[in-house]
Amino acid sequence: MRQSFVAKNPSVLVFLACLGLFTLGVSVLSEGMGIGLISTSFVKTLGKTLCLCLVAIAMDLVWGYAGILSLGHFAFFGLGGYMIGMWLMYARTEGIVAASLSNAEIPPTPDELRSAIANQIFGVVGSSDFPAIWVFAHSLPLQMALVVLVPGLLALVFGWLAFRSRVTGVYLSILTQAMTLALALYLFQNDSGLRGNNGLSGLQNIPGAEGVPQSVISVWFLWASAAALGLGYVIAAFVVSGKFGSVIRGIRDDEARVRFLGYSVEGYKLFVFTLTAVIAGIAGALYYPQAGIINPKEIAPIASIYLAVWVAIGGRGRLYGAVIGAALVSLLSTWFTGGRVPDLPLGFYTISWVDWWQVLLGLSFVLVTLFAPKGIGGLFDLVAGRRAPDRHGADLGPDPGALREKEAER
Amino acid sequence: MSTLLEVSGVSVSFDGFKAINNLSFEIGPAELRAIIGPNGAGKTTFMDIVTGKTRPDEGDVLWGEMSRSLLKMNESQIAQAGIGRKFQRPTVFEDQSVFDNLLMALKKDRAPWKVLFYRETAEDRARVGELAEEIGLADQIGRKAGELSHGQKQWLEIGMLLAQEPRLLLVDEPAAGMTLAEREHTTDLLKQAARTRAVIVVEHDMEFVRRLDCRVTVLHEGSVLAEGSLDFVTKNQQVIDVYLGR
Repeated sequence: MRQSFVAKNPSVLVFLACLGLFTLGVSVLSEGMGIGLISTSFVKTLGKTLCLCLVAIAMDLVWGYAGILSLGHFAFFGLGGYMIGMWLMYARTEGIVAASLSNAEIPPTPDELRSAIANQIFGVVGSSDFPAIWVFAHSLPLQMALVVLVPGLLALVFGWLAFRSRVTGVYLSILTQAMTLALALYLFQNDSGLRGNNGLSGLQNIPGAEGVPQSVISVWFLWASAAALGLGYVIAAFVVSGKFGSVIRGIRDDEARVRFLGYSVEGYKLFVFTLTAVIAGIAGALYYPQAGIINPKEIAPIASIYLAVWVAIGGRGRLYGAVIGAALVSLLSTWFTGGRVPDLPLGFYTISWVDWWQVLLGLSFVLVTLFAPKGIGGLFDLVAGRRAPDRHGADLGPDPGALREKEAER
Repeated sequence: MSTLLEVSGVSVSFDGFKAINNLSFEIGPAELRAIIGPNGAGKTTFMDIVTGKTRPDEGDVLWGEMSRSLLKMNESQIAQAGIGRKFQRPTVFEDQSVFDNLLMALKKDRAPWKVLFYRETAEDRARVGELAEEIGLADQIGRKAGELSHGQKQWLEIGMLLAQEPRLLLVDEPAAGMTLAEREHTTDLLKQAARTRAVIVVEHDMEFVRRLDCRVTVLHEGSVLAEGSLDFVTKNQQVIDVYLGR
């Protein structure tokens, strides 16, 4: 009965192969590396989509497997983006300021240089000093560590408080919404230290790679995003494949029972919550350099709700479902909201998709929830034969554990 | 005989209603005990207190040779200390196979980190196979638990309890909804288990209790009304009044 990891998870190999082919294909067709069939901006869109797929995997782990409907995972995604954005902005501004000051008769002291950088970055919010949280911004390794540490610690503290008090279900969802809303509102303030509603911008310019055209950088980021997604998929598959996966699915289905088996449910939830926050942070750190700008609007509550919608449409409880949902819905969303979809004239009214896309998305979410609870990923069951237990017939009561119609006949 | 579990002077009330009223109870390390009582006698609340689900207002629950108080421990710590509980409704993980259900229950390190890097050994698989044999589900080991019949689910849950290797088993109405043949099998399983550990069975069904052939504790309005063999307690006038007077 013992099987290797790959034999137990055939989807991993298939997924990695698809991801590899996709990345190779886009590289070959890109402007920067290949024959130029795909524009640089679309390469960036695809790269960003891979990051969204990664955060969707995190969401699937926490919701589809462990049953924690977190509606705050985009807070971690955004924090990851902010952390890498701080270094990108600092280092780039440093380069510009140093270049402009180098013409001065007296070379600037380090203090002068630092205050000039601060002036440049924070002038927009009426400040010329570095806030305390920028203390590590000069160092790429430290900010990269923060990409993992800041979302991880926030999730750890938040999760510890929430899970310890046994907050579950819809109350936990509301709490996570409150967390991401509070964070967004805080960051909107000018004195939050992250430039208020201006956010961090110019992130697409990578310091040290000034000579490299964006068309090439976009492909680099595509590769990095693909690598992160592949790694994230393997890690997630590892987490859910063994006994740990059994336990967290048990927690999803019957928390009290798992507790009486002697597992500390809170510890497991906290572990999954923190792990997925870290994955989300890394995804965000790869996303925003491709987007070029991050502002507090990115972590508004609605973003995290979209994330749940992607996973629901793709099919929760299976990793490839989350990836499919995120890729499909976010690409369709780009297409529809980009204004390139022809309007639909009905005679009396013209449907403009830029406005109606959200309605369409909402409608498909409702339809999927009602008629295809397994989402798009459920289509794979038609070939794979993986299905929920067939209980044969209607419930005979008195409770869900009781015999059902056909079971009783046998 | 030493005691494994000692419940002394425990009371608990919900919104003024005294569910358990100065209840005292003890059981030895290898003993089968049936708890009977009319509805609302506090049978389930008693189990909730022992397993840590409900905190009593007063009294103490002491466990094992060291007489550790269970009141300071949470559910999972109590389960790890060696108390297993079977609920009235069969609660198995329906979306997972019989094998996975048993493997999850197997007595192993429960810390998340250990579980994450746990890889099943031949020994563990053999133990799961043995358990499946014991509960009569060896043929069904690869099936999803949700596909089993009601009785099979009950056995699977008992199997999961045995896999935990608890020193005390709390079993809530194991025979509910079972056919006669299934009841006999269940009785055998429980008697078998009680040879090496303490088993407390909460049951309504007198016939089933008679078949268990063990000491009986009668609960009424949250305290012990009578204790002894089934014949002894059924001759007790108070017990007759409580059962027939309603």
